[in-house]
Amino acid sequence: METIKNLELKPSLIDYIAQWRDKPGNLIMILHKAQEEYGFIPRDVAFKLAEVLDVPLAKIYGVITFYHFFKLEKRGKNIINVCMGTACYLKGGEDIIKELEIILGVGLNTVTPDGKFSVEAVRCLGCCGLAPVVSINGTVYGKLSKNQLPEILSKY
Amino acid sequence: MPYKHYILICAGTACESSHAQEIHDNFIKEIKDRQLESDVQVVKTGCFGFCEQGPIVKILPDNAFYVKLKPEDVKEIVDENIIKGRVVQRLLYSPKEDKGRHQMTDVANIDFYQKQFRIVLRNCGIIDPEKIDEYIARDGYKALEKVLFEMSPTQVIDEVSRSGLRGRGGAGFPTGLKWSFTQKTSSDVKYIVCNADEGDPGAYMDRSTLEGDPHSILEAMTIAGYAVGAHKGYIYIRAEYPLAIERLNIAIGQARDYGLLGEKILGSNFDFDIEIRLGAGAFVCGEETALLASVEGERGMPRPRPPFPAVKGLWGKPTVINNVETWANIPVIILKGASWFAKIGTERSKGTKVFALTGKINNSGLIEVPMGTTLREIIFDIGGGIKDGKQFKAAQTGGPSGGVIPAEFLDTPIDYDNLTAIGSMMGSGGMIVMDEDDCIVDITKFYLQFSVDESCGKCAPCRIGGYQLLNLLEKITSGRGEMADLNKLFKISQAMQKASLCGLGQTASNPVLSTMKYFGEEYQEHIQNNKCRARKCAQLLKFEILPEKCVKCGLCAKVCPVGAISGDREKGYVIDQAKCIRCGQCLERCKFKAITRG
Ligand SMILES: Cc1cc2nc3c(=O)[nH]c(=O)nc-3n(C[C@H](O)[C@H](O)[C@H](O)COP(=O)(O)O)c2cc1C
Ligand code: SF4
Ligand code: SF4
Ligand code: FES
Ligand code: FES
Repeated sequence: METIKNLELKPSLIDYIAQWRDKPGNLIMILHKAQEEYGFIPRDVAFKLAEVLDVPLAKIYGVITFYHFFKLEKRGKNIINVCMGTACYLKGGEDIIKELEIILGVGLNTVTPDGKFSVEAVRCLGCCGLAPVVSINGTVYGKLSKNQLPEILSKY
Repeated sequence: MPYKHYILICAGTACESSHAQEIHDNFIKEIKDRQLESDVQVVKTGCFGFCEQGPIVKILPDNAFYVKLKPEDVKEIVDENIIKGRVVQRLLYSPKEDKGRHQMTDVANIDFYQKQFRIVLRNCGIIDPEKIDEYIARDGYKALEKVLFEMSPTQVIDEVSRSGLRGRGGAGFPTGLKWSFTQKTSSDVKYIVCNADEGDPGAYMDRSTLEGDPHSILEAMTIAGYAVGAHKGYIYIRAEYPLAIERLNIAIGQARDYGLLGEKILGSNFDFDIEIRLGAGAFVCGEETALLASVEGERGMPRPRPPFPAVKGLWGKPTVINNVETWANIPVIILKGASWFAKIGTERSKGTKVFALTGKINNSGLIEVPMGTTLREIIFDIGGGIKDGKQFKAAQTGGPSGGVIPAEFLDTPIDYDNLTAIGSMMGSGGMIVMDEDDCIVDITKFYLQFSVDESCGKCAPCRIGGYQLLNLLEKITSGRGEMADLNKLFKISQAMQKASLCGLGQTASNPVLSTMKYFGEEYQEHIQNNKCRARKCAQLLKFEILPEKCVKCGLCAKVCPVGAISGDREKGYVIDQAKCIRCGQCLERCKFKAITRG
């Protein structure tokens, strides 16, 4: 546990905690910030947060594991979100996931061996008129056909 | 008019993701290059609703409605429309029936907008959501002023009650009544909460309202705070909606600067402030008690009701919790009056409803119609009918908690009670249109998979029942179903309705019951004939080679990953059904369309 104790949180996270410390129900907001800073919630960060916020580690993990948004593992450099909302499902969202699996060699929620991509399914990106939709690092590609995927991926 | 032209650029999510930002930047640049800054104002607005046609730009006062724009079109619009006053015909909207003919029409005459009536979306596509002055110019914060200086809290609640407004988050509970419970409960602290969790996976009404008109929500929550005696509000919003969060943050900051939030609002004795709390991707957190647990920083587990949040909510204090769309109606009700509002809609459902119209429909987008509009008007008049001339099969409302509406009910006026009577529900406003190519059992499985993924697991009927339903549906769609399974589906569904703790489990089986009721035949076909008429359930498909079309090239035999295709260039090729895994690769590869899927 020695190394864990010595971890220094990033200054921006420390500032954020200072800002939120006295507000009730702050844990989820702080976890959001931690994930923003680290890309996921590393184990040692969770330990440190428990210490700094003075809440049991079990509670922190209870919250992290309850919410899909929080990730416990490192993700790819580029995050591909495939929309699996109803409109996109009807228009072939599943085929997109299958095609990505063929191209990248990994399925959902897995990082490619080179660490470049991870593929995640999300529910409705809010542009159903463009279904099926994929977003990569926040850039949305709509009215997508699977043949376009190789070209799109090559940009990253 | 201070400016000669206004260029309204849709900055809703769908348009933003198809280069609206670039289009905006190009306009700014072209206008600057021509030194027209003092004549032309460029405004980024919320969603126009007609997302299918995006990116959209509207120019006033010409009222030119440009659709499907590309960044490179901007120069022409500035040169022609702005400078020479000539509308660029080729970029205008063209209705389906006038294929290729683009002509100037008043936006209000476009089929998509004709039957709509906008209360909630009154400012979307009109104002810049990042500028409080534009909201104020359209009567924004006037309702708050009226409430603070001319009405008592009880009068406010009376007005809302008499309007007949019911909650737009799904259940349709009368809003005025809810407020009165909180008002009557005495407590030192009370809270106002906005439910912006929008969990239905195929719906974006709330998101668009927040992105297009954030101040309307802040104003409404402040009014409710005054009415029930609360001084603090929370907006619980999905983290997946970064643009809406950003615009809310801007709006809150501006409202504080203008003295519309904070202490002594508008010089009155009333204090109120609002804070944003982010969701983290759990559907059950849309349920009000789970949502409150999440705001408190806990796991979002539902709590048994009663006590209802109106009496005992956030941190045990009386809490009014309403949906985004419910909130957006409030300022209008206060300003125009309850009787004006109550004239719109049906006997027991007043006002309008916003729907996210999606799926196999020509004009996909965000629409707002008076309660009592029929499905036929929505799908065929506003929506422009089914894509590619296909047959309408059903519309789904209420998302994973709702059900399907088959063609026989196309003329039923849509309101809370009618939808419940035919086994669906209003829900929050997702409306997904299906055509003949969609398999009803497969869709049902999709919704069940969703509910199983999202069950919090606290109570057994939902956790176990949902999983069993899913397994049965899986069995049926893979050709292993038995007729006895239908009865099992029915029994488990009923048990879940009765015994689950929260709305998620109680309604998760609705899609099953509703599709079995209206499309029972299709379930039977899957089971008895191993047939999926929509040809969606891969396990029930049969791939065959048509000898009359086959040129015996042998390509299919090479691509088949499991060697199910045998033969030679003399005799021709056949597919061994026992080995075929129905991947469809042979069909895709055959250049002669000699392979069928049935
Ligand atoms: C499983 C479940 C999910 C829900 N999701 C939402 C939601 O995403 N948005 C919402 O406003 N209400 C949702 N509700 C309804 C809320 O519990 C609550 O009724 C609503 O926020 C009350 O506001 P209203 O009276 O303005 O509709 C959900 C209910 C259940 C049971
Ligand atoms: S019904 Fe489902 S989601 Fe609701 S409490 Fe029970 S397990 Fe949780
Ligand atoms: S690919 Fe088509 S044409 Fe060629 S052998 Fe197969 S079925 Fe016949
Ligand atoms: S369902 Fe995919 S964007 Fe809405
Ligand atoms: S996002 Fe532009 S019209 Fe809907």
